[in-house]
Amino acid sequence: MADNNLFTLRIITPERVFYEGEVSMVEFNTTEGEIGIYKKHVPTTVIVSPGIMTITEAEGTKVAALHAGFAEILQDKVIILAEIIEWPEEIDVERAKAAKNRAEERIRSKTPETDLMRAETALQRALARIHVIG
Amino acid sequence: MASMRDIKRRKGSIQSTQQITKAMKLVSTVKLQRAKQNAEKSGNYFHCMFDTVNSILKKTGSLDHKYLKSGASGRKAVIVITSNRGLAGGYNSNVIKLITRGELAGEDLIIYAVGKKGREALQRQYEVRADYSDVIEEPVYADAMVISRDVLEGFSRGEISEIYLAYTAFKNTVVHIPTLLKLLPVAINKEPEAAGEGEETSVSDDRAPMNFEPEDEEALNLLIPKYITSLIYGGMIEAVASENGARMQAMDSATSNAEEMIENLTLLYNRARQGSITQELTEIIAGANAIS
Repeated sequence: MADNNLFTLRIITPERVFYEGEVSMVEFNTTEGEIGIYKKHVPTTVIVSPGIMTITEAEGTKVAALHAGFAEILQDKVIILAEIIEWPEEIDVERAKAAKNRAEERIRSKTPETDLMRAETALQRALARIHVIG
Repeated sequence: MASMRDIKRRKGSIQSTQQITKAMKLVSTVKLQRAKQNAEKSGNYFHCMFDTVNSILKKTGSLDHKYLKSGASGRKAVIVITSNRGLAGGYNSNVIKLITRGELAGEDLIIYAVGKKGREALQRQYEVRADYSDVIEEPVYADAMVISRDVLEGFSRGEISEIYLAYTAFKNTVVHIPTLLKLLPVAINKEPEAAGEGEETSVSDDRAPMNFEPEDEEALNLLIPKYITSLIYGGMIEAVASENGARMQAMDSATSNAEEMIENLTLLYNRARQGSITQELTEIIAGANAIS
C-alpha cells in the first residue's frame, strides 16, 4: 500500500502553522549537509541551514525557502521549527536580488570589522530565495 | 449647594471623559482579540521548543556548557516588558514591582527595556542598557532575535551572569500574572512555568533515544539562543495580550464609574432645578401678596 510510505510533516513558525500534512519525503539543508527524510528515519534533531526545502506529497511536490530553525525527526513524524520560512509566492524577488548583491559586495570588500558569518548567511538566504522562484 | 450651571458643566465633562474611556475600551477589546489569537497561534511553536530543548537537556544534563552555568562575575540582567502607554490599571506597575520588590530587590541590575513605562520607572534606579520600546507595538519574531542576540552577547562577554525576563503572563482575559522568568543559565529538568501558553508541557519519555546532528554541545550552542528568542517572543506576545486585557478592564471600570457619577450629578441637578423653581414660585407668590 502506498499509504505506508507516508509520514506526518508539521512545519511550525512562531507566527503560524506553516504546513501540516502527510508526505512521502522531505529534503532540506542542515548544518551537516543536505538531507532527505523518508519514513522510519532514525530519531534525530538537526539544525537547519538556509536552503530550499522540497516536500514530496502523494500528488506532486512543493518547494519553500527555509532559512533558519531546527527539525525534530521521529520515525513517523517530522516537526520543523522554522524561524524563517517562505513559500515561493511570498518572496519578493527584487529584494532578494538586492540582498544578494549587497551580501556579495560585503564579502568582496571585507574589512576587519565585517561580520563575515552574517554576510555569508545573508548571501545563502538570498540565494535560496532566488532559487526557489527560478 | 453648587449652582445648576456648575453641575451641568461638571456633568458635561464627565460625559466626554466617559466617551473617551468607552472608545478606549472598545479599541482594546478589538486589539485583545487579535493579540489573543496571536498568542494561541504561536503557542504551538513554544510547545515543541520546550519539548525539544528539555529532551536535549535531559540527555546532556551533566554537560559543562557555558549556557548551563552562571558566569563567575558579572551582574544580573533583566528584560522588562511593559507597555508604551499608561491607562492600563496596574499592568505596568505590577511588572516594575516585580523587579524593585521581588527577589532581585537591591541588586545591581542591567535593564533591557521593552516598553517606555518600564524604562521611565526603572532608569532612576538601574542602568538601562538598551531600549526596544518600539517593538512592543507590534512584536514580530525578528525583534525578539535582536534582543536575544544583544543579551547573549553580554552573557558571552561575561558582563552578565544571569538573564531574567519580566513580563505579564496572559492566563485569560481577566487574569494576568506578572512573571519573572529565568532565561539563563538554563535550568535543567525544571520547566519554566507560565511560559509559552502557561500550561504544562509534558515531555514524553517513551520515545526512542534521540540523536543529534551536530553533536550535543554544538547543538546546544545553536539551540539555546533560539530557545531564548522564542521565550522572549512568547513573553512579548503574551504581554501585549495582557496589556490590552488590563486596559480593557481599567477602561470598563472607568466607564462604569463615570456612569455612576453622571447618575449622581443628574440627581443633584434635578434637585437644584426643583429648588430654584420652588424659590421662584415662592418669590412670585410673595410679590403678588405684597401688592394686593
